Amino acid sequence: MTTDLPSRESRAVRGGEPLLVVDGLTKHFPIRKGVLQRQVGAVQAVDGVGFEVTKGETLALVGESGCGKTTTGRMITRLIEPTAGSVVFEGRDITHIGARAMRPLRRDVQMIFQDPYSSLNPRHTVGAIVGAPFHLQRTKTEQGTKRAVQELLELVGLNPEHYNRYPHEFSGGQRQRIGIARSLALKPKLIVADEPVSALDVSIQAQVINLLEDLQTELGLTYVVIAHDLSVVRHMSDRVAVMYLGTMVEMADRLDLYASPRHPYTKALLSAVPIPDTKRRQHRERIRLQGDVPSPIDPPSGCRFHTRCWKATEVCSTTVPPLVELAPRHRVACHHPEDPAGPETTPAP
Amino acid sequence: MTAVPRPDATVDQADRSGVEPDATGIGGLGRAPEDSYLSVRDLQVHFPTDDGLVRSVDGLSFDLARGRTLGIVGESGSGKSVTSLSVMGLHKPGTVRMRGSIILDGTELVGALPEEVRRLRGKKMAMIFQDPLSSMHPFYTVGHQIIEAYKVHNSVSTKVARAHAIDMLGRVGIPQPDRRVDDYPHQFSGGMRQRAMIAMSLSCDPDLLIADEPTTALDVTVQAQILDLIRDLQQEFNSAVIIITHDLGVVAELADDILVMYAGRSVEYASAEEVFDHPQHPYTWGLLESMPRLDREPTDRLAPIAGSPPSLIQVPPGCPFHPRCTSRELVGAPCHTERPAFRSVAPAHHIACHLDAPSRARRWTEMTESQP
Repeated sequence: MTTDLPSRESRAVRGGEPLLVVDGLTKHFPIRKGVLQRQVGAVQAVDGVGFEVTKGETLALVGESGCGKTTTGRMITRLIEPTAGSVVFEGRDITHIGARAMRPLRRDVQMIFQDPYSSLNPRHTVGAIVGAPFHLQRTKTEQGTKRAVQELLELVGLNPEHYNRYPHEFSGGQRQRIGIARSLALKPKLIVADEPVSALDVSIQAQVINLLEDLQTELGLTYVVIAHDLSVVRHMSDRVAVMYLGTMVEMADRLDLYASPRHPYTKALLSAVPIPDTKRRQHRERIRLQGDVPSPIDPPSGCRFHTRCWKATEVCSTTVPPLVELAPRHRVACHHPEDPAGPETTPAP
Repeated sequence: MTAVPRPDATVDQADRSGVEPDATGIGGLGRAPEDSYLSVRDLQVHFPTDDGLVRSVDGLSFDLARGRTLGIVGESGSGKSVTSLSVMGLHKPGTVRMRGSIILDGTELVGALPEEVRRLRGKKMAMIFQDPLSSMHPFYTVGHQIIEAYKVHNSVSTKVARAHAIDMLGRVGIPQPDRRVDDYPHQFSGGMRQRAMIAMSLSCDPDLLIADEPTTALDVTVQAQILDLIRDLQQEFNSAVIIITHDLGVVAELADDILVMYAGRSVEYASAEEVFDHPQHPYTWGLLESMPRLDREPTDRLAPIAGSPPSLIQVPPGCPFHPRCTSRELVGAPCHTERPAFRSVAPAHHIACHLDAPSRARRWTEMTESQP
């Protein structure tokens, strides 16, 4: 199985049919105060994010906490209503369709959650949890729900005889497999996985990552993976979109992005990842970002990163940099992007 | 976990039968070196519960000198946090059975009275917890909590203590410390809260600092800031530091020595360079090979460790790692029946494994060469 798997680079369907197109997606959560609950401000969680996902590929949304990656994932799955922008799934605008019209689409778009402890009902058996999508969608299965659930459990590497067990009888990794089985029940086309492995132990993470990749090859799934672990993201994804404070700062094919990041923030993020190699400790060039991420209630004007950027100039604080394609399939939103051919720039110590 | 510690469990802290000070038992390292500030010998921490005895730590030994950093690595449930709480004396009395020996600067902590250990906390040893939001009191200002800790150990006026608190907050990199000292924990961001927590732990200038997953709840850029801070402060105070984590990248950044734990036991203990360049235990190999790494060429598939960590109530007989070990056929029966002794395989390099040196060398070469 290991040898005849198509490699990530050849599998990525370049210029294929887009399954999901997101444009100018925005979510502002209102802040209300006083007796009249007047709106006094808004948390600008996501501000004008756009990307497309091709059939069969994995797009990763990465960024630090509060950058809006989870909110974006929830808007794609229509768990929360976007303030502006559009979500087009298989050529159909699903941004504002009602709950009834959304119902059949729920089969096609599923979600895997981060915490395998709180995302499974402790009072339901595994059979009931994994079988719930069939009941909710009133889907008839050929050999009955029980048989279908057992097949799903087998597919994700669990013992089908554990049908009648409760979530607490399983370990974290096994619970995450239950969550994956549930998301696969209705044969979805797109799976949004929000931090699918971050709650798992190191030795278990690799098992679940391999499972997700096998399922993708076997079932032709498309993933949007939301994650903060940059090593995991490089392994799992075809393309990576980096977010900062509600905006997208860079998007590129994974090897391109890791080899030559163009946005200063991406560069800083990559340099901050601890590398398990003691020899690198001494001569590793590290970019230290100062301070914290600003509040999304009152984000900085212009480029949102300019307050922490070592390359910032006058224009950065006044003009929002557009997301432009600097190289084929490599989009960057920066007034002073890194030049892969030019000299390296780092902040002054 | 359904296991709830029974409140009426016997107080067994003083029971140290059969442990000689220089015993080279199953977790033996021999006599502690002269310069060691903290020496743990054959530590066992067991919790009696309704479901059975939970053997959280079962025969652990290590030494730590001032100015050095020890990284304790392991998965959840491997006993890393229980070890640190044992050193700090923070287990609830009556729920725990401790055997073995923990010697901090010449003082035996196992079996010591809670008041004695309390006197040592703060001044001689301090701890940074994983989650700064739940480890700080939400009702008091950050400054109040630091001042209180400082005044317990130093007979100074509140004014002096407050000046000290502001100084500490400034040292850990909190902007405008004279203003932020009166803020409540919820007014701080995650990274700042962790900094305040570090300021509080360091306020009494402790000789031993235990950091339990200090950066797990933080983003990578903030993590890098905090790791730098811990490194700088250690150099400044020449303290001994224990950093507990599941992230091999974090220990590679900070640690001088590394202790790998599995199922409450130490499986490998050596200098950081040795563990990363010449790992000797199959579990360490598994950890190093299963994680995706940015410093290597990307692979198409990860090599996970099969199975999951064992229950600490029913630890597998023999070597606790044998059900998941890919090298067990090379040894055969002893892995299933005999607990491997914690032995020295190279100068200052200890492992607990039945594999002989040639097989280990061969397996490790096979594993590293299969990497493209």
